[in-house]
Amino acid sequence: MELLSNLALGFSTAGSLENLFFCLIGVILGTLIGVLPGIGATATIAMLLPITFQLEPVSSLIMLAGIYYGAQYGGSTTAILINLPGESSSAVTAIDGYQMARKGKAGTALAIAALGSFFAGSVSTLLVAIFAIPLTVVALKFGAAEYFSLMVLGLVSSIALAHGSILKALAMVVTGLLLGLVGTDIYTGAPRFNLGIREYADGLNFVALAVGVFGIAEILRNLEGEVQREVIKTKVSSLLPSKEDFRAMIAPVLRGTAIGSALGILPGGGAILASFASYTVEKKMSKHPEEFGHGAIAGVAGPESANNAGAQTSFIPLLTLGIPANPVMALMVGAMIIQGIVPGPNVAAEQPALFWGIIASMWIGNLMLVILNLPLIGLWVKLLTVPYYVLFPIIMAMCSIGVYSVNSNVYDLYAVAFFGLLGYVLLKLRCEPAPLLLGFVLGPMLEENLRRAMILGRGDPTTFLTRPISLTLLILSLAVLVVVFLPQVRKKRDEVFTESD
Amino acid sequence: MAVSVKVGGFTVAAILAASGAFAQAYPERSITMVVPFAAGGPTDTVARLVAEKMSADLGQQIIVENVGGAGGTLGAGRVASAEADGYTVLLHHIGMATSATLYRSLAYDTLNAFEYVGLVTSVPMTIVARADFEPADFPAFIDYVKANADTVTMANAGIGAASHLCGMMFMSALDVPLVTVPYKGTGPAMTDLLGGQVDIMCDQTTNTTKQIQGGTIKGYAVTSPARLDIFPDMPTAIEGGLDGFEVSIWHGIYSPKGTPAEVNDRLSAALQKALADADIAARFAELGTAPSTAEEATPAALKATLETEIGRWKPVIEAAGVYAD
Repeated sequence: MELLSNLALGFSTAGSLENLFFCLIGVILGTLIGVLPGIGATATIAMLLPITFQLEPVSSLIMLAGIYYGAQYGGSTTAILINLPGESSSAVTAIDGYQMARKGKAGTALAIAALGSFFAGSVSTLLVAIFAIPLTVVALKFGAAEYFSLMVLGLVSSIALAHGSILKALAMVVTGLLLGLVGTDIYTGAPRFNLGIREYADGLNFVALAVGVFGIAEILRNLEGEVQREVIKTKVSSLLPSKEDFRAMIAPVLRGTAIGSALGILPGGGAILASFASYTVEKKMSKHPEEFGHGAIAGVAGPESANNAGAQTSFIPLLTLGIPANPVMALMVGAMIIQGIVPGPNVAAEQPALFWGIIASMWIGNLMLVILNLPLIGLWVKLLTVPYYVLFPIIMAMCSIGVYSVNSNVYDLYAVAFFGLLGYVLLKLRCEPAPLLLGFVLGPMLEENLRRAMILGRGDPTTFLTRPISLTLLILSLAVLVVVFLPQVRKKRDEVFTESD
Repeated sequence: MAVSVKVGGFTVAAILAASGAFAQAYPERSITMVVPFAAGGPTDTVARLVAEKMSADLGQQIIVENVGGAGGTLGAGRVASAEADGYTVLLHHIGMATSATLYRSLAYDTLNAFEYVGLVTSVPMTIVARADFEPADFPAFIDYVKANADTVTMANAGIGAASHLCGMMFMSALDVPLVTVPYKGTGPAMTDLLGGQVDIMCDQTTNTTKQIQGGTIKGYAVTSPARLDIFPDMPTAIEGGLDGFEVSIWHGIYSPKGTPAEVNDRLSAALQKALADADIAARFAELGTAPSTAEEATPAALKATLETEIGRWKPVIEAAGVYAD
């Protein structure tokens, strides 16, 4: 019953009027910046760091955590409404969410995203509370070989992300992989494909790439003909999901929660895979895979739940090991240090009120988000009725400010412009940007872990097969390949896909 | 005679008054402190702690701006070409000295592009290993590493990182090449050390202190000239027989070349005052480091340190043949 007393401590800490207030501030700010395209949680938290000086450590961390998962909520709003994912996780939501919006079901899509995220957030918060410490042990078993095999599984599965030709999907994954090579070889320090531009020494900026290929490309397409926009604005029908919608979302939400929770625990970037993995699974499980890419409810519900679950469980490595799983977590480490708390394996024992307070605040924050977001849906949908000639310059300006604020690097803005044009060309060629983004994110991690595993294994490639977790993941990848390429399965696939082509 | 003296005295007084007026006037608006690394990292933390205290003394806000990328050289380059008016300064660490050799072409000339404000802190480093690494103490550690040079793996946080520099120094001190495993940053390197995927690492106390205290990794030695208060039982590398093995991640504040001396002195005074603050000492102690002394927090001391360190690291880096461009 230690858990109960711990949770009681947590809720009494997080439930104090002051902390509730900062939690609310955090989630409101998070939602706002999530909704403003391009401005991510990283930039916002960095800007707010000085303010946290004046606060109690618990309050400031509760606020920062609120911004983090608030931004996850808000990010899906822009992904759905204007096809502009702010983070890698909402890139997947954009695929079907935006199609739902174009069909006049923007309100439904937003509600599904909010409810799915809330459910996933609640379950994974409980998981963090109960299993944080034992799960850490599992996460530490993931070495370079295991991550490599996980990335292979991710890439192989990504083929299912495409809802058109498999060849085009593969081409996009490979293009993404190649773009991911830009930067510095971390093993030798040699610059690669950066055209001699020092500003690209650390690679292309993910936000710049995503804003370009998704957002700017979509703006260019919309500017082609105002007609399409009219369609959206006249057909905004039901705001809340119908009974059938609810029925359609239950299973994907459950599966998404499970996938997201599991992948979020891995400190080496597992959370990035969560929404992609969930989308793949949903498409494979669905009786109507042809709906994916054309506004499938499961294509929004699953990935949204997965991404929120992953966002919560990615606190596990931070809280139990003191190791940040992503740049936002790294900022929170900075905030903790500024407050005089150096995160490490003993935080739970040394600062129980802080540890359990943050966990409890996650659930409270998620509840606040749902209460906050459901009534706002109507407002967001109304945004779509703003004339496009007013809306698009605002979006462009916000995107530019957001991208620039990450690293104060003008070259990131050039990248936005370039990838905006590229994205437009890809749209015209009917190539999907989502596999490209996945390749871009996974490629560098794949290479990094492959080479690290080879170094650690003294150049012996059997290291991937002799380690049980790695072997299991590789067998799974093989199974996915077989399913995709087995002739009779393929024939069936072709039947299914001809419609969408 | 008397007249000319008077005139001379008047002139001197006038100059003094003018410079006094300038010192009074500076700073008139907020100052940007460029940190050439990502927000939330150890250098950023040092900068934010110091900036807050310096702001109080200067009466103007110091805004920390993170201009990360290319091992800190992008941020340094930004400051090198900034207006030399005292409203843009740089807080950089040892990388300022090592990048002069690690990068064969830089956008600025390290020794001639900056003015100096002073040293901020010197973070000691620790030689650590996974929790189940066999050797019981530092002498046994050295023997073990030498005897098993072909199987021991050494993690670092990437080319030019503190852990990479210290690792190169360690290998050259022992005169054995080890298998080095680079990571993208300290976080993932530490994760693999905790998980026992790699054997040893040399990293700043900022990152290792809590892990050593928690027993999740083993600490063998410190790289400071004397033992540390937080680890009284841990020997220095020099005690362990590694002559001259002294590595610390020193941080300094710079301004663009041509910044008036009065401005640098004013900043230096604010820095000294900030470093004398008990709060700063306490926060730094949590990180296993201490603020620089008033003598170190001066333009002259920083200039001397930069020059010495460039000379000290040049042969080590060239011998290892590692470059970042």
